[in-house]
Amino acid sequence: MGFGGISMAGRSRLMRSEAARGWAMISPPAIYALLLLAVPLATIVWLSFISQTGVITYDYTPTLQHYRNAITDPLYQSVMARSIMVSLSVTFATVVLAFPVAYFVSFHVPASRKSRWLFLITIPFWTSYLIRMSLWQVILGYSGAINSGLIALGLIEEPLQIINYNVGAMILSLAHAYAPFAILPIFVALEKIDRSLLEASTDLGEGKVMTFLRVTLPLAMPGVMAAILIVFIPTIGDFVTPKLIGGPSNAMIANWVYANFFDLTNRPQGAALAIVAMALAAGISMLFILANRIFVKGPR
Amino acid sequence: MKKGLGTRIYTIFYLLFLYLPIILLPIFAFNDAKIIRFPLEGFTTKWFVALTTEPGLGRAALTSLKVAVIVSILATLLGIFAARAGTKYRFRGKTAVLGAIMLPLILPEIILGAALLAVIVGVGIELSIFTIILGHVLICTPFSIAVLNSAFQSMDPSLEEAAYDLGETPWSAFRLVILPLVTPGIISSLLITFIISLDEFIIAFFLASSDPTLPVYLWSQITKASGKMPIVMALGTLLVLLSVVLLIIAEYFRRRGIARSGGKDTGGFL
Repeated sequence: MGFGGISMAGRSRLMRSEAARGWAMISPPAIYALLLLAVPLATIVWLSFISQTGVITYDYTPTLQHYRNAITDPLYQSVMARSIMVSLSVTFATVVLAFPVAYFVSFHVPASRKSRWLFLITIPFWTSYLIRMSLWQVILGYSGAINSGLIALGLIEEPLQIINYNVGAMILSLAHAYAPFAILPIFVALEKIDRSLLEASTDLGEGKVMTFLRVTLPLAMPGVMAAILIVFIPTIGDFVTPKLIGGPSNAMIANWVYANFFDLTNRPQGAALAIVAMALAAGISMLFILANRIFVKGPR
Repeated sequence: MKKGLGTRIYTIFYLLFLYLPIILLPIFAFNDAKIIRFPLEGFTTKWFVALTTEPGLGRAALTSLKVAVIVSILATLLGIFAARAGTKYRFRGKTAVLGAIMLPLILPEIILGAALLAVIVGVGIELSIFTIILGHVLICTPFSIAVLNSAFQSMDPSLEEAAYDLGETPWSAFRLVILPLVTPGIISSLLITFIISLDEFIIAFFLASSDPTLPVYLWSQITKASGKMPIVMALGTLLVLLSVVLLIIAEYFRRRGIARSGGKDTGGFL
């Protein structure tokens, strides 16, 4: 990629190399990420191994106590289990609900109108997260919009309790919040599929369903995987939904990280919980990736 | 049967689901009742009027505005460097470095919030609007890179080479040729990162000082549950309106940018 005629007087040969210029160009954001991502992540790991003795005083003797608590305390165990269950359900619901939408936009919308559809799908995502979540609280609540609406219409007499303050309501709200994160990667993967492969499949006598299962779906898997990871990893750390929609008995890890950081003056415990959550998210993500490899490479 | 009718009907229902909260928002913001429920009680604008006298709201809005403006500029500057390096140069370790810069996009915000708080308290910096800005730049930069990548990628490299052949230096070629071509992408990135910062809650909540941002203020109103919901709805209506207007402008510039540099539109921002 060299530009023959440029004179860069005084520059050493090293500086002229493409790699050196690339590194120079990327250094501002890279240094920023180092200082504000790598250093804080290292600090929180370190914090998780020490003890807090007062509001601002710490005992710097290394200890594994906070990890022991995070793993053996029945309270934290149930919180972890709930967080994983909720984020797995959200991931499943979001991706399954999103796939037909991505499929429709990719396969049935004329090329000139595709970006308009995608824009329409992403608009709700760009409106305040807190406002959207508090609206779900209001829509699904005991005396909320759905219950009061159904009562006003005379369809029910008593408010439905199955829609408020439970895990199902949390899953619905989160599946709503992460919808575009699932639709867009799947759409991109579907767009890349060579349409002649589908014709070849039908020409060779496969039906619509088999063509979808044996050609379209395997080729769309990179997008589906991206959607799974981009929904699963952030939702495991969601803080707002359990508070607003799940109710006090449905706290997730993030709520306990916050409680330990601020109310219980036990920041090391909060740090350990955050790290265990991150490790769980990473571990389960690996399993997803592994399962995908087996699915794509496996016998057809 | 028309091809794709089934998925078309499904997609329309799905869009209804996506838009349900935003449709209900203004309905309740203009409803003359303290409690959010049906049947509607009548039309009023009093919740919007009440916003003007709400204590702390003006200050929180101003704080958020300051944070969002500074964050959008800093994140877009960092985004320009990263997108330029990512699309122009090939070097070992590029994927790893870009991956690290993009990481905040999928890291749970609770971890970023807790980690940033740990290091800021550890170093002994006092929490302020400045610390929120630091955190927001971190999470906004990946979005800026995503927007700018498509702007830089769709640019024809021969235009830049022509500038060098005509005797321009790397800097003047960048200023005179590349910058004008990616300006729509830059405007789009500024708007997108502005919206994200304005809306970001968790990091601002962890790093909150005596100067709360708008979402932190909103959170205190929502969780206090003291009949503030209609006012929250009114404020929400205004925020949604602002986001949608900014988004339409951003989308306009993004498309114009792609059209200008002769690229093909591949759709959304993400």
